[in-house]
Amino acid sequence: MNKSATQIQEDKSGEHLPNGPAAAAVLASGAGSAALGILGVAGDASKPIAKLLTFYLPAGPLSGVTCVAIIFWLALWFILAKRWATRTVAFARVNIAALALLALGFLLTFPPFADLIQGK
Amino acid sequence: MEITYRSLITLIHGMLFGAFFLMAISGLLVELFRSTFSEPSPVSSKAQLLERLYLFCTVALGWAAVLTGAYLIYPWYRAVPPAGVMDLAPFPRYLLKSSPATSGWHDLGMEWKEHIAWIAPMAMTMVAWVLTKYRATMREYPQVRSVVLTFALAAFAAAGVAGFFGAMLNKYAPVNGGATIHLVGKTHE
Repeated sequence: MNKSATQIQEDKSGEHLPNGPAAAAVLASGAGSAALGILGVAGDASKPIAKLLTFYLPAGPLSGVTCVAIIFWLALWFILAKRWATRTVAFARVNIAALALLALGFLLTFPPFADLIQGK
Repeated sequence: MEITYRSLITLIHGMLFGAFFLMAISGLLVELFRSTFSEPSPVSSKAQLLERLYLFCTVALGWAAVLTGAYLIYPWYRAVPPAGVMDLAPFPRYLLKSSPATSGWHDLGMEWKEHIAWIAPMAMTMVAWVLTKYRATMREYPQVRSVVLTFALAAFAAAGVAGFFGAMLNKYAPVNGGATIHLVGKTHE
């Protein structure tokens, strides 16, 4: 089989690939970013939460913030990927939600904004 | 010529993992923009393998950068000086916070960098996975392509912020210490 024939075969099989798995990956990524921001602010605002998030003492609450955010991101990706594995979803809505969550993650990691919502 | 162990690790974190991660994302962004405006052409299986390797290395560099940063360098950075210590050079966080002229590098720079940096490998993992899975059919999903491009841009911005502040923090309060590693030339007597 030559190279172009291989390409055609791949394109043909790819035509039936639903957008669900992509939507699951995109939405989980946005949610993971937002989780990172929310946990970062929570750890900064509350000493008990900061203590709870200190998984590795030398790195402080950052260790818990990042571990929990990553576990949340991967778990959500796994769950959504299972549910949307064979589905075609409304990607425009997923896009809006994912980008809003990503923007929230960016905003909450920006210290002046985080301080503002904490009333510092 | 000598370097301390902590300086070497910081160098590997920033100059190897971080800088190469940024360069790899910029290369990917150029390719994503280029492919938006050009017709797809047949790609050999070897070229596809190389593309996958490139994406894998990009993601691996991102994770290596944040993991070394958070779990190796950050503990050295935030180490608390014992009571009575006057020389704060081995305690970068406290050195920066000891002066109003430099405290902003910690309050804004490190506080922002330590969190935003993690968005970059998370976003790039998703980008790499989607580009690999939907490689052949990406043109049929313009919305997938646009969101992948946006997340890649966000990853570049996040890594850029982390890289910039990492460089500046290391300029004003370098992470130093540990065993001295002799590189070349005569050893210091």
